[in-house]
Amino acid sequence: MNSAPAVIDPFAVGAPEAEVGALAAAALALARDLKLAFRRPAQLLQPLAFFALVTMLFPLSISPELSQLRLVAPGALWAAALLASLLALEFLFRDDAQDGTLEQYALSGQSLTALLFAKTAAHWLLTGLPLALMAPIAALALGAPTSALPGIIAAVGLGSVTLSLIGAIGAALTLGIRRSGVLLSLLTLPLSLPVLIFGARATQVAISGGAIIAPLELLAAMAVFGVTLAPLAAAAAVRISLE
Amino acid sequence: MPVRSLEAENLHLWRGERHVLRGVAFALGAGECLAVTGANGAGKTTLLRTLAGLMYPEGGHVRWAGADVRADLRAYQGSLAYLGHEPPLKADLTARENLHYWIGVRRRVSPAALGAALARVGVEALAERLVRTLSAGQRRRVALAALALCVVPLWLLDEPATNLDADGQRLVGGLIAEQLARGGLAVAAIHHSLALPAGQVRQLELAA
Repeated sequence: MNSAPAVIDPFAVGAPEAEVGALAAAALALARDLKLAFRRPAQLLQPLAFFALVTMLFPLSISPELSQLRLVAPGALWAAALLASLLALEFLFRDDAQDGTLEQYALSGQSLTALLFAKTAAHWLLTGLPLALMAPIAALALGAPTSALPGIIAAVGLGSVTLSLIGAIGAALTLGIRRSGVLLSLLTLPLSLPVLIFGARATQVAISGGAIIAPLELLAAMAVFGVTLAPLAAAAAVRISLE
Repeated sequence: MPVRSLEAENLHLWRGERHVLRGVAFALGAGECLAVTGANGAGKTTLLRTLAGLMYPEGGHVRWAGADVRADLRAYQGSLAYLGHEPPLKADLTARENLHYWIGVRRRVSPAALGAALARVGVEALAERLVRTLSAGQRRRVALAALALCVVPLWLLDEPATNLDADGQRLVGGLIAEQLARGGLAVAAIHHSLALPAGQVRQLELAA
């Protein structure tokens, strides 16, 4: 064998310094989405402005009396948060599907699940987290006491993780459809009901000053469940839509 | 060095009622290029997407180095580069950023290599410009730079010379020739007469 000439394979991907792990690839996909979002800030602000406006409608339309507002506050807050996160969903995969980025992700030799998880994480950072940070302002306008605010931030923060993940499945499933907005709502809203129910419950408990930990734990459990399964489902749906 | 070959065996694919691929078969060895021709709607894009493993043929097999690509699809897809109709570039990122994120998920690329690839396709002066300000031909050139950066044995190119001027078309021919000289393979759906290295090019004509 020692007479064989040493042939260097020009395509040897074995070069360890050139290899990209799944984590590094996901981090790059996340960084890319954040950078893109900040180049188009208007798209970022729309769901947040929507959330602020809808929650402002309640004091105007029901009554400025705090005791009455406090009754509807959890429901109003969560319905508005749910709709705002739905509004942002359309942009999650659509642009990337249209320009072929998703196709390149699917062909990258990396785990599509990891890359889509990164995209969903970026989506949460850009919509769920800001919603959670804005929730206290809306809650105050709806008559919630300041002692309830940490609980409300936690509830909206945890709940929106699950909403982003459910949304990722819906957005991936409706990729191949033009004007998918209504269908996307019909798909994701029923799945989001548990988040709405327990999120509103947590908010209610926070406002009345009770022990909030149990509903928060349920929201956290749903988020963990979503993190483990939703990216897999989204990846399968994206592969189907690419066909 | 591993033996590289791409074989299609009796590929059949329907799109709804339409029988698009009707028993397509070919065998391609290292250093060879397959030029896929045919009228619009003859199934050139469908064939390329099937070869890339994006579409599932209803009948037949695609084999890479003798093994069905379905056996380890991710590894196979990691060793190919697919360039579709539209360059997958983001209008709000610069040419350099686009390549950084696009190729970066596949392999580590140094900024110097990135610059060299952009220079190779003649758009180094546009590296820091947002892609939305580039012309269609310039975008196509940026996408070609990605091909050069991927360093993969198999290229699947869908109309690679679209929107390119005469110089750009020679560039595509040159890139393919380099790929073949390295022992790589290329499958290109072509409409224009592309100057490809004679002798290593096989023809496949799809009937509409």
